[in-house]
Amino acid sequence: MGTAQILFWSLTALALISAIMVLVSKNPVYSVLWLIVVFFAISGHYILLNAQFLAIVNLIVYAGAIMVLFLFVIMLMNLNTETEPQKSIWMKFFGVVAGGLLLSFFISFVISSADLKGKSAQLKEGEIGLIKTLGKALFNDYVIPFEIASILFLSAMVGAVVIGKKD
Amino acid sequence: MYSLHAITNSVQNWLNARLSSTWVLIIESLIVIVLAIALFAALGLILVWLERKVAAHMQIRLGPNRLGPAGIFQTSADTLKLILKEGLTPDGADKFLFNFAPFVVMIVAMLLLAPIAFANGFQIWNINIGVLYISAISSLSVIGILIAGWASNNKYSLLGAMRSGAQIVSYELSAGLSILTIVVLTGSLQMTDIVQAQQNGWWIFKGHIPVIIAFIIFIIAATAETNRAPFDLAEAESELTAGFHTEYSGMKFALFFLAEYINIFIVCAIGATLFLGGWMPFHMGNWTQFNHVMDFIPSSIWFFGKTFFLIFLIMWFRWTFPRLRVDQLLNLEWKYLLPVSLFNLLLVTLIAIMNWHF
Repeated sequence: MGTAQILFWSLTALALISAIMVLVSKNPVYSVLWLIVVFFAISGHYILLNAQFLAIVNLIVYAGAIMVLFLFVIMLMNLNTETEPQKSIWMKFFGVVAGGLLLSFFISFVISSADLKGKSAQLKEGEIGLIKTLGKALFNDYVIPFEIASILFLSAMVGAVVIGKKD
Repeated sequence: MYSLHAITNSVQNWLNARLSSTWVLIIESLIVIVLAIALFAALGLILVWLERKVAAHMQIRLGPNRLGPAGIFQTSADTLKLILKEGLTPDGADKFLFNFAPFVVMIVAMLLLAPIAFANGFQIWNINIGVLYISAISSLSVIGILIAGWASNNKYSLLGAMRSGAQIVSYELSAGLSILTIVVLTGSLQMTDIVQAQQNGWWIFKGHIPVIIAFIIFIIAATAETNRAPFDLAEAESELTAGFHTEYSGMKFALFFLAEYINIFIVCAIGATLFLGGWMPFHMGNWTQFNHVMDFIPSSIWFFGKTFFLIFLIMWFRWTFPRLRVDQLLNLEWKYLLPVSLFNLLLVTLIAIMNWHF
């Protein structure tokens, strides 16, 4: 087993364990911190696929910005185990069953898809995730969707300012 | 001639001749770890001493002068004292996160060292998105500060952490935009490319007034991001006792203190690399002899000289400007610095496209 495989499996285990910990943790602050660990593990995967730019953007946007805002809000709320509403045991049970069915559906769908059969990811090669390739693809092939997405972001920001303004 | 590049090459060759590639990687990683920790210790000791000396000089005092020549061993003695102190954990605190937070802050500071070019060919990781890597990782130190503030279970700590978070998140924008101006001019995010592009002159001289504006904005944002006066609201003593590290004592406090100074070093190193040419010597047009003399000075001295000049500048700010209020701080960023740097970025793009820079 080469270094890449060892890194892949340890990152995968880290991602899965911390994703489970996000759900299992009683304290919401711990959940957010575990989610940050998940994003780190996924960024590690991107780096293994030679997509450094995607890895770093994933860190900037999710771990750096969104999770910090989550932490802000959650830390300022008064969250205790007493005030948290508890669902009944039957609700939890059916939740687990429904979630498990959805998961098995996704897994079977991915396994049976023809595009993915007998292929493994390219490690340390490929240029899809490098900034040059990505920029060219965005500004040549997908320029209109890209611009529409940026206008959407702008209008969302203006909307946030309007909602947040005192009148 | 001795250079760090030659030393690293000979170490690499020596190891390659004797060991398999996996062991070479492991041993080189160990060497890098030891060097990074040594750099951290040395920087912590020197920067704290320097800050106290600069502060004393600004206030016409002597500063530390008892231990060693000019008090150089004062910080070592202080560190020894902090190691011997008891590390208290408050009763209502979240024990695990409280003890974990100083390490998050330290690890983030250590990760930031990776893409910095300390000298010609002397760099830990020449990643092709070096500048972006730095802005991504430096935004993670907020998480450590927020954890520290929340886990302390103290209202001053929480308020300090919130202020610090708001400040770092907002000033990151203008720091990022001023870094982008240099990226636009160079056309690359890699640290080595940015340094190489400044061979015939540093960007601050080549890039006309827009780059000077970007440099000034970068220095302001860097001061704010490292939570230093005049932007030290996060630990404003008169309002919040000590901000997010109010409850910390002993070595855990020392780690926060050390991380603060390491962060100052790192932002100044980035500033020196982007605007002042990194390890590139100072060259004057066609003065061949002058250029030769400048080339003779080792590249590591150039790099550390520029970095320490910027550190001195930031220390100078601390004793020159009074502390801002929270609303003034956020107004300065969102109403002045951000629009100016956005417009400035457009100007620089125009310069880069029309090739107006030297």
